[in-house]
Amino acid sequence: MAHLSDSLLFVAVVVYALAMLGFAGDSASRRARRTTTAAAAVNQRVLVGAGGPAVDAPVVTAPPAEPPAGLAGRLALGLTLVGWVLHVGSVVTRGFAAHRVPWGNMYEFSSVAALVAVTCFLVLVLRGRVDRSLGAFVMLPVVLYLGLAGTVLYTRVGPLVPALHSYWIKIHVAAAVTASGAFLLSGVLALLFLLRNRYDERVAAGRSVAFPVTLGRSLPPASSLDRSAYVVIAFAFPVWTFAIIAGAIWAESAWGRYWGWDPKETWSFITWVLYAGYLHARATAGWKGRKAAWVAVAAAGALIVDYYVVNIFVVGLHSYA
Amino acid sequence: MTTTPELGDAVRLSTAPEPVGPVRQRQLLAPVRRTWRQLTSMRTALLLLFLLALGAVPGGFLPQRSLNPVRVNEYIAKHPTLAPVLDRLSLFDVFAAPWFAAVYLLLFISLVGCLVPRIRLHARALRKPPPLAPGNFRRLPASARWATDLPVEEVLTTSRRTLRGWRAVRRGTAVSAERGYLRETGNLLFHVSLVLLLVGIAQGAFYGFKGTVLVKEGSGFANAILNFDDIHPGRRFDESRLVPLHFQLDDFAATYGADGKARTFDAHVRYAPDADAPMRPYDIRVNSPLHVGAAKVYLLGHGYAPRVVVHDKDGSVAFDATVPCLPQDTKFLSSCTIKVPDTGGEQLAFQGVFTPTTVQNATGNVASAHPAAQSPALTLVGFRGDLGVDAGIPGSVYDLDRRRLTPVDGGRPHLLATGQTWTLPNGASVTFARTTEWATFQVTQDPGKGLALAASVGIVLGLCLSLFVRRRRLWVRAVPAGDDDGPGRTVVEVGGLARTDPDAFAAEFDELVARLRETVPPAQPDQE
Repeated sequence: MAHLSDSLLFVAVVVYALAMLGFAGDSASRRARRTTTAAAAVNQRVLVGAGGPAVDAPVVTAPPAEPPAGLAGRLALGLTLVGWVLHVGSVVTRGFAAHRVPWGNMYEFSSVAALVAVTCFLVLVLRGRVDRSLGAFVMLPVVLYLGLAGTVLYTRVGPLVPALHSYWIKIHVAAAVTASGAFLLSGVLALLFLLRNRYDERVAAGRSVAFPVTLGRSLPPASSLDRSAYVVIAFAFPVWTFAIIAGAIWAESAWGRYWGWDPKETWSFITWVLYAGYLHARATAGWKGRKAAWVAVAAAGALIVDYYVVNIFVVGLHSYA
Repeated sequence: MTTTPELGDAVRLSTAPEPVGPVRQRQLLAPVRRTWRQLTSMRTALLLLFLLALGAVPGGFLPQRSLNPVRVNEYIAKHPTLAPVLDRLSLFDVFAAPWFAAVYLLLFISLVGCLVPRIRLHARALRKPPPLAPGNFRRLPASARWATDLPVEEVLTTSRRTLRGWRAVRRGTAVSAERGYLRETGNLLFHVSLVLLLVGIAQGAFYGFKGTVLVKEGSGFANAILNFDDIHPGRRFDESRLVPLHFQLDDFAATYGADGKARTFDAHVRYAPDADAPMRPYDIRVNSPLHVGAAKVYLLGHGYAPRVVVHDKDGSVAFDATVPCLPQDTKFLSSCTIKVPDTGGEQLAFQGVFTPTTVQNATGNVASAHPAAQSPALTLVGFRGDLGVDAGIPGSVYDLDRRRLTPVDGGRPHLLATGQTWTLPNGASVTFARTTEWATFQVTQDPGKGLALAASVGIVLGLCLSLFVRRRRLWVRAVPAGDDDGPGRTVVEVGGLARTDPDAFAAEFDELVARLRETVPPAQPDQE
C-alpha cells in the first residue's frame, strides 16, 4: 500500500509536468493569436514572442478578445484533473498504509499542501474565477514542490511519537495544511500580479520590457490577478486562524500551556500578522495593489520559513515532524 | 481597522470621532488630538502590525531564555562579541522585551481608538432604516425595469415580502432594503475578541501558576509551593489559590519502537483532591493531563532511577534509595550522582552514568543503544572524604563538590549490571539493586484560559462573518405607468449596489430580479 502511494505520487507529478507543458503551449499559442490580431488592428510590425505552435494563426479583424481554449489548453486542464485524481489516490493510500491521517511528517504534509493548492486552482478555474493561462505558472511550483517533497523530505510510513497521539492531529494539521496550500497558491498569484503590474507600467511608460517581465504579456489583467489572490487569502486566513487556535488548544493539553512562543508558534504568529496586514493593506489608500501584493509575498515567505526552516534548522517542540 | 476592501469605508471609519467642544479647548488640545488621530489611523495600525511581525522574527530564530536558557548560554559563549549587543536589545527575551510590549500595546490602543467610534457608527447604522431611494436607478451599478398589472401598493408590499433576509422598509414610493449588516458586526466582533484575548493572556500571566516536580516511582507529591523543584508563579499569584491535591506515582511505563523512537508514555498515578478524599487511579499521558479543579497535571518528561544500596565497612546499610539520573542523550544514557554522608567514617560519593541498553566500545566507554531498559548497567567512579553537605550551604543533589574528595581506586570506573556489587578497598560496598523510573510533572493553573478560548471563538466567528457576508443595497420603486407603458399599469424599477465584493453582484442581482418578477409578474404585451 505504501509502495502504491509512492508510485501514484510519482505518476501524478509526471502528469502535472505534462499539464504544465500543455498550459505553456496553450498560452504561447493564445499570445501569438492575440499578437497577430493586435497587429492586424493597428497595422504594425508584429513581434512574435516565444513562437508557439500557432504563429501563423488566422488573422481576425474582430476587436482583440480572449481567444477560445485551444486543444493544448483543454488537454492541459484534463491532465491536471487526472494528476489531481492520482494525487488524491496517493494521499489516501498513504493514510491506509500508515493506519492514521496522512499528514504525520514533512513529506506527507508537503504532498497534502500541494494537493490543496491544485484543488484551489482547479476550483477557481472551473468556476471561472481564474484564467486557465495561469496553469503553467501554478503547475511549475507544484511540480518542483512535490519533487522536493518526494526526494529530500521523503519519509517511510511509520507510527507517530506520543506527542502526536491526539485527535487534534486531524483538526489542527488538517486546517494548517489546507491554509498552507491555499496560501502558497496565493503567493504565486501575488507574484504574477506583480509581474503583470510591472509589465503594464513599463508598457504604459513606453519603456523596453526584458525577461522575466515579458512573461507578464501572457497573464490575465492585473486587477483580476489581484482579486484572485484576495479570494484565496480570504478563504485561507480564517482557516489559518482556526489552525493556530486548534494548535493552541492541543498545546494546552499536551505541553501544559496554550502559547509559549515555540519557534513554530512564533512563525505562525508572524505569518498570521502579515496576512492580517495584507487584508488591511488592501483596504488602505496608498497600500492597495503593489504594496499589498508584496505583503502577500512576504507572508507566503514567512509561511515557508514557518514550515521548512523551523522544522529543519531550529530546535523546538515541533521538531518531530 | 477594517477588513472591507472598500476604500471609502476604510478611510472614513478608521479616523477618530468628530471633534466636539469649545474652540479654545480645541486649540489647546490640538497636538494631542492630532497625535491621537494619527495613532488610530489605518496607516499607523498597518505600520504597527508590520513592526509586530518584524519584532517577532528574532524570537523565531534566536534561542530564547523563556524556552531554553541552556541554549541561550551556549549561543552567548559561541558569539562573544555579538551576543552582548543582542542581549542588551533583549533579543534573547523578545516576548518579554519592553519594546515588543510597546509595539503591541500601541497597536491595541490604536485598535481600541478605532473600534469605539466604529461600534458607535455601526450601532447607529443598525437602528437607522436603509437610505432613501436615489432618483435615477440607471446610474446604479445594477438596475431593471418592467411594467406590471398589479397596483402600486401591492407591488410594494409584495416586493417587501419577497425580500426575505433583507432589512426592507417602505420609504415613500419605494422599498429600501439592505442586507449584510453582519459583515461589520463580525468585523467588530473579531477586533473586540482580539482585545479580550489579550485580557485573557494578561490574566493568566498575572494570576496563573506553573510548577514542575520530579516524582520517582513509589513516591508522591502534594501540591504546595515548597514541594516543587521549579516554580513560575504569576506576578499577582497568591499561594492560597493553589488547588489542594496530592498524588502518588505507582508506575511509569514507556514503550519504544525498534528504532528507539518513543511510542507511548503512561504515568499511572493515584490522586485525591484533598487529604481525606479516597485515592482514585488515573493514567497521565502526554495528551491527557489530570484535571483536579482549576489545576491540571501534565506529564513532561521521564528518566531512570536505579536503586542503589551502600553498605559501610561494618556491613550495615548506609544508603538505600532510588537515585534519579538525568538523561543526556536520546538513548537515555543518564548521569547519576550518589551522596552517602552517613557511613560512620569518611563520607562517600559516587558519580557515573546509567545506561538502559548497555554497550561498550573498544576503548571501554559505555553507551546506550536503546532507550528501553533491556540490559541496564550503572558505571560508577567512587569518592571518599568530605561532601561539604554539613556546612549548611544548600547544594544541588545532582552536583558534587569534589574539593575535599579523593577518588577511590584511582578514579577507575566500575560497571555494575543489575544485582552486582563493587566492594571498595576500605571494605564498604555499593550494589546496583534494580532499575526504577521517574517522571516530571507540571502543575498548571491559568485563570485566563477560559476567556482566551471564548475570545478565540469570537475571533474565528467574527473573521468568517467579516470576510464572507456581503453587504448589498436594493431599492424597489413602483409608480403608476404613463402612456408608454400602458395606462392603469404600474412601472416597477429595481436598483442595487454592492458595498463589498462587487464581482459577484451582477449574478446575485439577476437572480433577485428574477425572483421579484415571479411575485410581481410583468404585464402581458398588449394584443392589438
